[in-house]
Amino acid sequence: MANIPQKVVHDYLRHDKKFPHVWCAGCSNGIVLGSIIRGVASLDIHRDDIVMVSGIGCSSRMPVYVDFNTLHTLHGRAIAFATGIKMHKPHLKVIVVTGDGDCTAIGGNHLIHAARRNLDLTVILINNNIYGMTGGQASPTTPHEAFATTAPYGNIEPDFDICQLALGAGATHVARTTAFHTQEVQKMVSDALTHPGFSLLEIVSACPVIFGRLNKKGGPAQMMKDMRDNSIPLSAVDKLPPEKREGKIIRGTLRKEIMPEYTERYADLVARVAAMGEEA
Amino acid sequence: MKNYEIRLSGSGGQGLILASIILAGAAVIDKRHVTQTQSYGPESRGGSSRADVIISDREIYFPEAMNFNCLLALTQEACDKYLFDLREKGILIVDTTHVKNIALAADNTYELPFTDIAIERLGSAISTNILALGFLVRITKVVSEKSLEISLKQNVKPAFVDLNLKALQIGYDLADQYTGGNQK
Amino acid sequence: MPKAKLESQKKAPKTKAKVAEVEVKVPGPLEELEQKHERKNVLMQGNEAVAYGALDAGCNFFAGYPITPSTEIAEILARELPKRGGTFIQMEDEIASICAIAGASLAGAKALTATSGPGFSLMQEGIGFAKITETPCVVVNVQRAGPSTGMPTSPSQGDIMQARWGSHGDSPAIVLYPDSVKESYELTIRAINLSEKYRTCVVLLLDEVIGHMRESVLLPDLRKTRVISRIKPNVPPHWYKHYDKDQKYLSPLASYGEGYRFHVTSLTHDALGFPTNKAAEAAEMMARLRRKITYNIRDLVQIESHQMEDAKIAIFAAGITARSAKAAVAIARSEGIKLGLLRPLTIWPFPDEAVRKMLQDVEAVIVPELNQGQFIREIKRLTRDKSEGNVVGLTKVNGQMLTPNDILRKVKEVM
Repeated sequence: MANIPQKVVHDYLRHDKKFPHVWCAGCSNGIVLGSIIRGVASLDIHRDDIVMVSGIGCSSRMPVYVDFNTLHTLHGRAIAFATGIKMHKPHLKVIVVTGDGDCTAIGGNHLIHAARRNLDLTVILINNNIYGMTGGQASPTTPHEAFATTAPYGNIEPDFDICQLALGAGATHVARTTAFHTQEVQKMVSDALTHPGFSLLEIVSACPVIFGRLNKKGGPAQMMKDMRDNSIPLSAVDKLPPEKREGKIIRGTLRKEIMPEYTERYADLVARVAAMGEEA
Repeated sequence: MKNYEIRLSGSGGQGLILASIILAGAAVIDKRHVTQTQSYGPESRGGSSRADVIISDREIYFPEAMNFNCLLALTQEACDKYLFDLREKGILIVDTTHVKNIALAADNTYELPFTDIAIERLGSAISTNILALGFLVRITKVVSEKSLEISLKQNVKPAFVDLNLKALQIGYDLADQYTGGNQK
Repeated sequence: MPKAKLESQKKAPKTKAKVAEVEVKVPGPLEELEQKHERKNVLMQGNEAVAYGALDAGCNFFAGYPITPSTEIAEILARELPKRGGTFIQMEDEIASICAIAGASLAGAKALTATSGPGFSLMQEGIGFAKITETPCVVVNVQRAGPSTGMPTSPSQGDIMQARWGSHGDSPAIVLYPDSVKESYELTIRAINLSEKYRTCVVLLLDEVIGHMRESVLLPDLRKTRVISRIKPNVPPHWYKHYDKDQKYLSPLASYGEGYRFHVTSLTHDALGFPTNKAAEAAEMMARLRRKITYNIRDLVQIESHQMEDAKIAIFAAGITARSAKAAVAIARSEGIKLGLLRPLTIWPFPDEAVRKMLQDVEAVIVPELNQGQFIREIKRLTRDKSEGNVVGLTKVNGQMLTPNDILRKVKEVM
């Protein structure tokens, strides 16, 4: 553990202003925050050049704690705000921190269109399968038959596979892991931050206080163990018989492809129009 | 001169809005005050369409033509609908290709099959609007013909300038023939 | 030629105050004006004037979604912004559009969007965001007949109250309302200037007729056009408070990516922008949002007083309805009726003082509007002890304009 540079995390937190944080004991959000900071520090991206944007929800409270340019916006709209920032100042590294409800229910439209454009945003989606902040209502990723305060008899809806949604919309970098796999989280955050295009990183996480209690998932430690036991790496999927893949979370990079990025396309357009003007 | 109010009316797709823009543009070149408004349904083809141009030497307040000095009607429906708002001694120009009945005898009525003439002389109905505009301008003299031609060049795609200038000229000639050259 | 006067109004005082009047140049013949330093006389559409006004005010970012009757604004900016190195992006909906312009503005852009009623409704939450976070941006709403989808190509003045109160949570508003193509150009520049100066979302309301109308327009000389840009902080980043009480609450705004790593939230926040639930801080924030408007009423309110000097009956109208009213005034005057017009160019904040003066000076006020009675509520609010019977409404909501004769008939009814 000696190599883990704890000081780096402290260096990036607004510790004199906004602590203690709002997250419950056992919440996965802190793990993700730490990974983002370590990722940024290891990549040597200047903090002045980072904008962290969020919407509404537990994970969306993250920007207030970090010493970046930070923007905490409306429910579902983080990607839309981020689009404005990135388009006006393409050199900025824009990270969107969001949740399952924020990004795939109310904000689903912005997710698919930013993915379609291949705009260089790093979307880190912390999926806890529930609306935690408001007390446990069902989200698009609440599993079928799971309980939520708005699904008191069990959820009758099928749930989204967020990564498949992003792939279908054309995201050029899509990856998934769980908050248990902290080293993997950090590696994938770095991967996502360096991808020149739209990247979606889904981090399956634990919400022991809300989702866990409503669904009798045991405490924080048990939920961590579940993430370990119920997930398999992408590389192992093909080797497993179908019955062993059933219901498992597949971890890994599902797509990483370099395609023309949107701000670059726009810069090309501007250059093309300028050339037309000179000819005329 | 007080406000001179012109209504160009017909159906969507007949190019009346473009004709009204060309006419209003000519008034601007003539250093006049002008407003151009339009009314149309959601369809760009088919539904009823009208465009108003008001030309004046002073500031124009209300931009909708209410009491026309000149009404151009390219369809029966438009003619029936707007004829009663033509002022006394106002000029009525109708396209008899489509307008078969005129409900009211206006003092200054000009009836010509503009669409048929456009098809016969220019090969298609597409320039009926400009042909009728040329006729209207030579009759009413509401803008100078020089300005009208400049405005036309500003408002139609280069590839269609010649065709439309030809249509304009046919319009002028028809007006001369109609009036026996008295308008010149 | 009628003499036009511009009046800017004082901060609403408790006692009767004289309304300041600023004379503006009386327009002469077009040719004479064109020869002076004015730009060439052109035929221009209202929506086109908005687009060029935005460009001339330094707008370098547009995000929008197509909607009749505002679409020409997006179309022109899609063509023109790339030529100037600015950004045009067609978003997936109007919600995304308002959010994108707010985001761009925080990164330093002068940002604008344009829409119509249905889109304006969708943008309301984002407008509230821009107000509470004090993010400069401009929303142009070319009004169409409603409610809901209504009549997309027909005029209406149905959004007067929505522009004031549309976003939840009780926030002040700056809303401008032109009555001509030329003024659409001028007020677009002013809207952007005010948004930058007051760090808020400014709304420009157009009537469908004005958006689609073409008029001969003498645009003012660009060299004389005053363009305002937001004040940037000049303190070290760790001293920077982006909601400081500086200069009548008009505090500097840094841009993302320039070393000031500040936090912006649409939650109620303190002077540093961090969320708060403390009553004192919440009250302070709300006071700040209110005061930056009320302390600057004189700068914000613009009205035109048309033939009001000796008027016995006054019309209060904005936008296209004011054009009908001016025609009605001309006819009435030719018949010896002393009719005048008070026209707000700024509808919010409401020109209370000018309206109070009007109510004192005339025997009756007629309020024609293309809705079911929105402005009239404000006029009646200001009548106080005077009888409300002297304030007469005239409404039309069938998708057509009120004509000069409609107004004249009402004038003769009240005489």
